[in-house]
Amino acid sequence: MALLSVDELSVTFTAKGRKDSTAVDGVSFDVDQGQVVGLVGESGCGKSVTSLALMGLLPDKGVRVGGRALFEGEDLLTMSPRKRRDLRGSQLAMIFQDPLSSLNPVVPIGVQVTEILRRHRGMKGEAARKEAAHLLDRVGIPDPDRRLKEYPHQLSGGMRQRALIAMAVACAPRMLIADEPTTALDVTIQAQILELLKELVDQEGTALLMITHDLGVVAGLCDQVNVLYAGRAVESAGRRELFAHPTHPYAHGLLGSIPRLDAPRGEPLSPIRGSINDRISWADGCAFAPRCDHYTMECLTGTPELTEPRAAGHQVRCVNPVLPKPQAEVSA
Amino acid sequence: MTKKADKIDRLAELMQSSEATTGASLWREAMRRLRRSKMAIIGAVVIAVFVVLAVVGPWVAPHAPTAQTWRGEVFANQGKFVGMRGENWFGLDHLGRDMFSRMLVGARQTLLVGVVSMLIGLLVGALVGVLSGAAATLGGRAGQRVDTVIMRVTDIMLSLPSLLLAVSIAAVMGQSLTTVMIAVGVVQIPIFARLLRGSMLAQGGSDYVLAAKALGIRNKRIVLTQILPNSISPVIVQATLSLATAIIEAAALSYLGLGNPDPAIPEWGVMLSQAQRFFDNEPMMAVYPAVGIIITALGFTLLGEAMREALDPKLRG
Amino acid sequence: MLRLVVRRLLQLIPTLLGLSVLLFLWLNRLPGGPASAILGERATEAEVARINRALGLDEPVHVQYWRFLKRIAELDLGTSTQTGQPVWDEFTLRFPATVELSLAAILIAVVVGIPLGYLAARHRGGWIDVASVSGSLIGICIPVFFLALLLKGFFAVELGWFPSYGRLSTGLDATQVTGFAILDGLLTGEFDASWDAVTHLVLPSVALASIPLAVIVRMTRASVLEVLGEDYVRTAESKGLEKRVVRGRHVLRNAMLPVVTAVGLLTGSLLSGAVLTESVFSFGGIGSFIRTSIDARDYPVLVGFILFIAMVYVVINLLVDLAYSLIDPRVRVH
Repeated sequence: MALLSVDELSVTFTAKGRKDSTAVDGVSFDVDQGQVVGLVGESGCGKSVTSLALMGLLPDKGVRVGGRALFEGEDLLTMSPRKRRDLRGSQLAMIFQDPLSSLNPVVPIGVQVTEILRRHRGMKGEAARKEAAHLLDRVGIPDPDRRLKEYPHQLSGGMRQRALIAMAVACAPRMLIADEPTTALDVTIQAQILELLKELVDQEGTALLMITHDLGVVAGLCDQVNVLYAGRAVESAGRRELFAHPTHPYAHGLLGSIPRLDAPRGEPLSPIRGSINDRISWADGCAFAPRCDHYTMECLTGTPELTEPRAAGHQVRCVNPVLPKPQAEVSA
Repeated sequence: MTKKADKIDRLAELMQSSEATTGASLWREAMRRLRRSKMAIIGAVVIAVFVVLAVVGPWVAPHAPTAQTWRGEVFANQGKFVGMRGENWFGLDHLGRDMFSRMLVGARQTLLVGVVSMLIGLLVGALVGVLSGAAATLGGRAGQRVDTVIMRVTDIMLSLPSLLLAVSIAAVMGQSLTTVMIAVGVVQIPIFARLLRGSMLAQGGSDYVLAAKALGIRNKRIVLTQILPNSISPVIVQATLSLATAIIEAAALSYLGLGNPDPAIPEWGVMLSQAQRFFDNEPMMAVYPAVGIIITALGFTLLGEAMREALDPKLRG
Repeated sequence: MLRLVVRRLLQLIPTLLGLSVLLFLWLNRLPGGPASAILGERATEAEVARINRALGLDEPVHVQYWRFLKRIAELDLGTSTQTGQPVWDEFTLRFPATVELSLAAILIAVVVGIPLGYLAARHRGGWIDVASVSGSLIGICIPVFFLALLLKGFFAVELGWFPSYGRLSTGLDATQVTGFAILDGLLTGEFDASWDAVTHLVLPSVALASIPLAVIVRMTRASVLEVLGEDYVRTAESKGLEKRVVRGRHVLRNAMLPVVTAVGLLTGSLLSGAVLTESVFSFGGIGSFIRTSIDARDYPVLVGFILFIAMVYVVINLLVDLAYSLIDPRVRVH
C-alpha cells in the first residue's frame, strides 16, 4: 500500500457574491515510500493548491475540499485539526517556494529551527541548540553556530532555502512536499539545492512530492510524474516513459516547447498557444481543447477518461492522444 | 538595427500593458467594487443628504436662524430650556432661536468650512508633493536635495499637534471663518504633500516609467501623463477622509474660541462650542450640532475607507 | 544602539532649527508685533518704540534671531503674560499632570486596542470585527471635547461615579514629591490620595484615549490581517507548531511593527487632545494652561509650548525608533 494515496482530490474556492472557482478538479496519484513523485504543470494548474490541501494549510473559510488523501491509511482531509497539527512537521513536512518570505524576518534562524524540535521531539535548551546546529551542518550551511544567531535577511538565498530544508527534515518526516523549491533561486544554487534534496531523500528513505513547472527538475529527480492541467491529471507515467513518449497533447507540447541543444539549427520552438485562461470546464469536455491542435468534436462531450493507450502504467486522459505515426506515413 | 527596434517595440509594449492595467481598467474595477460595498453606499447616502441640506437648508428653514423670536420665553424660563415641540422641532437655544432652522442653515457653513479647508490642503499639498516627487524621481542629485528640504519642512509641520498649528495661524490672522478654513487647511498640507510624493516615488521606480525614460520622453510629459495619473488615487481617498477631519478640527477650533466670531451665521462647530456652557442643564442643545458633525464626518470617513479598500490591490479578491 | 541615538539626535538639529525660524517669523508677524503682544492693543506708539528698543527689535533681523536662539538654548522661554512667571517654570510645574493623563490614555489605548484589533482580524467579518471597526470609526469622528463633555455629564454629574473636575479632591491634603499625583501617594504612603488621583484620571483619560484607541484598533487589525497572509505564517503552520506559538511569535510579533510606529506618531494628536480634554475637566496640566493662554493671547507661553512639544515629539519618536529596532532586526545598526 502506498504511503500517500490521493483519490479524486478537489478544491473549490467559494467566495460570497462570486462564482465558485475550482482550483483542483479530481486529482489522483500515489506516492510510495522512498519515491520521488512530480506534480508538473504551468502556473494556475492547481499544483500548489493540491500541496496546501494535503498539508491542511488552506484557509478554513471559503474553501471546499473533496475526495480522499490517505496518509499511512488515514485520511488527511477528514482528520481532526489537532491530529493534523501533530502530524505536520513531524511526519509530513513542506518546503516552500520563496525562502525569504517563508522565514519569519524578526526571529533568529536558531529559534525557527529549535521551535520545531521543541514541539515534536521535546528537546529543550542546549540539546535543542546542538541539534539545530547539527541540522544546519547537515544541509550544508557553514559555521552553523553563528548562523543560528542570525536573522533571515543576513543569509543568502541559497542558505535560506537550506535553512528551510533543515526545518523540514528536523523530525525525519515520512514524507516531504516541496513546492517549487528552486524557482526563486539562481541557477547554480538550484542545482545544489536539488542535489541536497536528492541526497536527503536517498539517505532517509523519505518520500518526496515535488511540485514544479520546471521539466529539468523533473528529469533530474522524479521517479514518477503526474502532469496536471486545469486542476486535473492529464498524464501519469514513469519519468523515462514520459520523456520518451509524451502522449497527451499538452505534455507533448510542454516537452516540445523546451529549447534543445541537439535540435537542428533553425528549427523553430513549438510553443503551446494561448494561456491557461483559455479553457473550458472539465465537466464539458477536455479543458485543454481550446489550445489543442488535435481537438475534435469528441473532445467536447464530457470529461475524457484515463486510458493506457501506449503502455501499461502510462495513463493518459485524452481521446486523441499523440501516438507514434504508422511506419508507412513516416516513410512517405 | 533590428535589435534596437525590437527593444523599442518591447518597451512600447510594456507601456501599453501598464496603461491597460493601471489606468482606466483599474478605476473601472474599483468603481465596481465600490458599488458593492455597504460602507461606500452608507457613506455616499449620508454625504448626499448632507449636501442636499447644505444647498436647500436656508430656503426650507421654517424660521429665521438668527432671529431671537422666542427670546422672552427663554429668559422668562429662568435657565430652563425649551425642548422639542411642534413649532420648534429641535427646541430653542439660549437666545430663543429655533435650533432646527439653525441646524439647517448651519449645514451649508459646515460644508463650506470642510470643503474649502480640504481644498486648501489638497491644492497646496499636491503642488508641493508633485514638485518634491518629480524632483526626487527625475531631478537627479540636485532634485533629491530639493526633495529632502521639502520633506524636512513637512516633517516639522507634521510633528506639531495640528490644533496648535491652527492656533498659531489663527493668532496671526485674527478671528474669522476664513482663518479657521486656512488654519485647518494648512494642517492638511503636509499630509497631502507626503502622500502624493510617496505615491509618485513608488510609481517612479516602476517599469513603465523606466520605459518612458528609455524612449526619450521629456520629464515634464512623463510626470504629467505617466506618473501623476497613476499616483492620484490615494490622494482622492485622503481628500475624502480630510473632509471629515476638517469638520472635526474646525469644531475644535471653535471650542477653543478661535472660530467664527459672527454669531449671525450659524455653523455646527460654533453652535456646539456655544452650547457647551449650558451642557449640564440642556445637553440637547449641544447634542444636535454634535450629532450632525459626527454623522457627517462618519459619512466622509466611510466613503473614504471604502474607496481605499476598493483601490488597494492587496485587499482585492 | 548608541550610534542610532546619536544619529537621530543629530538629525534633530535641522528640524529644531527650522522650527525656530518658523516660530521667530511667526512671532514677528503677530498683529502689532511682540510689543503689542506684551502691552496689549491699546499701547501708545512711544511705548511700543520703547519696548522695541528694550527688546532689541530695532536691530537687524539676523541679530534678533541669534538672540532668540540663544535664549531658547538656555531654556529661557520668556515670561507668561498671564502669571508673570517664567514660562519654563510654568511648564515643569504642570508637566506631570499632562504626562500622567497622556500615559493613562495611551495605556488604555494599547491595552484595549491591540487585543481588540487582533480579535477583529482573527474573526474577520464576525460580530467582534464589525463592532470594533464601527466603534473605531465613531471614535475618530466624535470631537474629543464633545466626548469629554458627554462623559462628564453622564458619569460625573448625572451618576456621580467619578469627580467632574481637577486632579485631586479639594480639601485632600496630599504631600507633593514628584508632582505625579498617583506616584506621590504611593511614595508617601498616602494611598487614599493615590486612589483619589486615579478616580480623577478615569474620565479624562478615557476621553483622551478615544482617538489613539481607534487608530490602534484599526492599525492592529489591518496589520494582523496582512501578516496572517504572509508566507512565514504558513511555514510556521506547516511545522505543526502550537497555535499559541504561531500567534505570538509569528503573527503578533510581526504585526506589532507598524503599530509601534503609529503609537509614536500619535503623540501630536494626543497633545492636541490633552488641550481639549484638560480644559473640559479643568485638569491642572499644560493643556488647561494652553487653553487659557489661547484666550489670553499669552504668546510667550504658546511659542514655548510649541518648541516644548516639538522636543517631546522628537524624544518620543526616538524612543519608538529604539523600540522598533529592538523588535525588527532588519533596521538594527551593527
